[in-house]
Amino acid sequence: MQKSDCIIGIEHVYKYFGDKAVLNDVNLFVRKGEFVTILGPSGCGKTTLLRLIAGFQTASEGEISIAGKDITQTPPHKRPVNTVFQKYALFPHLNVFNNIAFGLKLKKMPSATITKKVKQALKMVGMTDYEYRDVDSLSGGQQQRVAIARAIVNEPEVLLLDEPLAALDLKMRKDMQMELKEMHKSLGITFVYVTHDQEEALTLSDTIVVMSEGKIQQIGTPIDIYNEPINSFVADFIGESNVLNGLMVKDKLVTFAGREFECVDEGFGDNVPVDVVIRPEDIYIFEPSEAAMLTGTVTSSIFKGVHYEMMVQTPNGYEFMVQDYHCFDTGMEVGLLVKPFDIHVMKKERTCNTFEGKLVDATHVEFLGCVFECKEVKDIDPETPVKVEVNFEHVILEDNEEDGKLTGEVKFILYKGNHYHLTVFTDWDENIFVDTNDVWDDGDRVGITIAPENIRIIH
Amino acid sequence: MMAKFIAKTYLWLLLVLLYAPILIIMIFSFTEAKVLGNWTGFSTKLYSSLFAGNVQHSLIGALWTTFAIAMLAAIISTLLGSVAAIGIFNLRSRTRQVVSFVNAIPMMNADIITGISLFLLFVSFGISQGFTTVLLAHITFCTPYVVLSVMPRLKKMNPNVYEAALDLGATPFQALRKVIFPEIRPGMISGFILAFTLSIDDFAVTIFTIGNEGLETLSTFIYADARKGGLTPELRPLSTIIFVTVLVLLIIINKRAEKAKAR
Repeated sequence: MQKSDCIIGIEHVYKYFGDKAVLNDVNLFVRKGEFVTILGPSGCGKTTLLRLIAGFQTASEGEISIAGKDITQTPPHKRPVNTVFQKYALFPHLNVFNNIAFGLKLKKMPSATITKKVKQALKMVGMTDYEYRDVDSLSGGQQQRVAIARAIVNEPEVLLLDEPLAALDLKMRKDMQMELKEMHKSLGITFVYVTHDQEEALTLSDTIVVMSEGKIQQIGTPIDIYNEPINSFVADFIGESNVLNGLMVKDKLVTFAGREFECVDEGFGDNVPVDVVIRPEDIYIFEPSEAAMLTGTVTSSIFKGVHYEMMVQTPNGYEFMVQDYHCFDTGMEVGLLVKPFDIHVMKKERTCNTFEGKLVDATHVEFLGCVFECKEVKDIDPETPVKVEVNFEHVILEDNEEDGKLTGEVKFILYKGNHYHLTVFTDWDENIFVDTNDVWDDGDRVGITIAPENIRIIH
Repeated sequence: MMAKFIAKTYLWLLLVLLYAPILIIMIFSFTEAKVLGNWTGFSTKLYSSLFAGNVQHSLIGALWTTFAIAMLAAIISTLLGSVAAIGIFNLRSRTRQVVSFVNAIPMMNADIITGISLFLLFVSFGISQGFTTVLLAHITFCTPYVVLSVMPRLKKMNPNVYEAALDLGATPFQALRKVIFPEIRPGMISGFILAFTLSIDDFAVTIFTIGNEGLETLSTFIYADARKGGLTPELRPLSTIIFVTVLVLLIIINKRAEKAKAR
C-alpha cells in the first residue's frame, strides 16, 4: 500500500506492560475514508492498539502517524481523532446538548455555530429534540447515539470506536450496525472499529485486521478473511470451520481424514504437512450413495433457525461439522461431499515445538527455564546453545500442576477433527503447543512433562 | 401489645437520657439566672447580651477564631483531600491499598496522640505556636476524612470520562476542572461539612497547638472558664446555637446521602 494515501500509519509498534509484550511489532496502514475493524479475542491487544492511536497510552517502541504527521508522543487532546467508548463515558453532570457541545466549547466557537452543529449531529444520530434531556434518563442505545454525536460533531479525521455496541442487546445492536455503516458513508471519514464479534466485523468493514496475542494475523477484506484465512487461528475465529491436519501430496492433491481429495491450491511443494479448512456450509450431506467422498454417522443435530448444524463422525474417527437446510437425525448413516474449490489449504505455522536451549551435560538439556533429561548426546560440548524440538503429541499434560516439570495455562484450543491442538502458555512466558485427545478447558492450569526420548537436540 | 409498649418506652427513655444534657442547656438558655439550675422566668436576655457584646470580649474573640479556623481548615483540607483522593485512586491497586490504609490511621488515632505529636513537631522545629499551628493541625486531621468521602464518588465514576474529555480536546487541567470535579462535587461538599464540624468541635488537638499567646478557640475558652469556677451564663445560648447549627448541617449531609443513594 502506498504510504502517501494513508491517514493512519502504524510502524513497528511495540507496547510492553512490565515484561509482557501486549503489542508485538504491529504494522498497519489505513486508507483515508476506510472502515477498518480490528478483530480479535479478548486480551489480544486490540483495545491497546486503539488506545495508542487515541493517545491514552504511548507506544513503547515504533511510530504512529496520522495524516502524515508523527503523533507517537502527542497527548490525546492534540490529536485529530475522537473516540466512542464501550461504556459511552458521557458526562453525567451535563445534559445531552452540553455533552455534545463539550468539544466545540473548548474550541471557543461562537454559540450560534455550536447550536447549529449540535442540532446537525443530533439529527445525524436520530436524536432530534433530545437536547435538554438528562443523559441518565436515556436508554443504552440512546446514550451510545449521544456518544457518537459527541465524537462526530468535532469533525475528526478519524473516528475510533471501542466495542461501541457490546453493551447493547442483539436487536439494538443490529439496528445500530446498519446506522453506523450509513453514517460512515455519509460522513466520509475514516472509522477504526474494535470488536471481538466476528459477525459485526464481517458486516461493517471494508478491511478487517485479525489480531491475536499482540500480533496482526491477517489483514484483508471480509470476503478474503472468510474465504482465504491465512492460518488456523483466523479460520477458527472467523465463522465456524472444520480444521484438520493434512498432507499436500502434490499440487492440487491433498490427503486428510484418511482419503485423497482434489483441491485447487498449488505451490506448497510435495508431501508437505498442511492445515485444511472446510466451512461447515460447504459440505454436502445426503443419504449414503456412490457420490459420497466420506461416509459417517450423525452424532448430533441441532436446529439453528435457518439451518441445522450436525456433527458427523467418520468410521476412522474424524468429526465434521456440517450445516444444511435438511435435517439428518442423530444415528443416521450419511454421505459427505466437498467440492475442490471449497477445500482451503493453509501452510502450517509450525510442525513441532522449537525452543532455544542449552546443553547442561551429556544427558541433560535446559530450555523453558527447566532442566530436562534427554537421550545421551555425543559430539556436542556441555554449555553449548542448542535448538530443542519436541513433537506436539509428545508433550504430556498433567492435571496436577505438581506432577509436571513445568507449569502453564491452557490458552487456545483448536479442534482438529480427531484431536485437540492446544496452546499452553508456560510460566516461563513461552508457548508450548500440544496435540491431545483429552478435553481441556480454556484457562486450565496444567503441569507439563516431556519424556527424555522425545526431546530432539539439534546443534 | 405489652411488649411493644415496653419496647417503645425503653426507646424513648434512652433518647431522653441521651439528649437530657443538651435539652437542659437549651431550656436554661431562656432564663436569666447566673447559676445553672435556677429558673427565674422566661427571658431572652442571655441571647441579646451574647450578641450585644456585654459579654467578656474574649468569648466573642474565641468564637471568631474558632469560625475562622474551621472555615480555612475545611476549605484547605477539602482541596488537599480531593486532589489526594484522585491521586490515590489512580495508583496501582496494591499501592492504593497501602496508601488508603495509611490515610485511615490518623482517623483511628486518639486525638490526644495527634495533639501531643503535633505539639512536639512544632516545638522541635521551633515554630512559635498560635493561629497558624492550630490551623495546620486542623488541616492535618481533617484531610483524611475528605479523602474518605471523595473516594466512593471516584469509584462510582466511569473510568473513561476523564479520557473522553481529553479526547474531545480538553487539557488535563481542563478535564479535571470540567469533568472530574463536577463528578466528585457531592463528595467534596460532604467532606467540607465534615471537616468544618470536626474543626469547630476539636479540643484535644487544639489545646496542644494553641500556645500561650492568649489565643483561644471556643473549646479552650470554655475549658479555661470552667476551671476559673462557674461558666459564663452566655455559654448556654451559645451552646444552643452551635448545637442547632451542627444539627442542621448533619441533616443536610444525611439528606444528601439519601439522595445519592436514590439515584
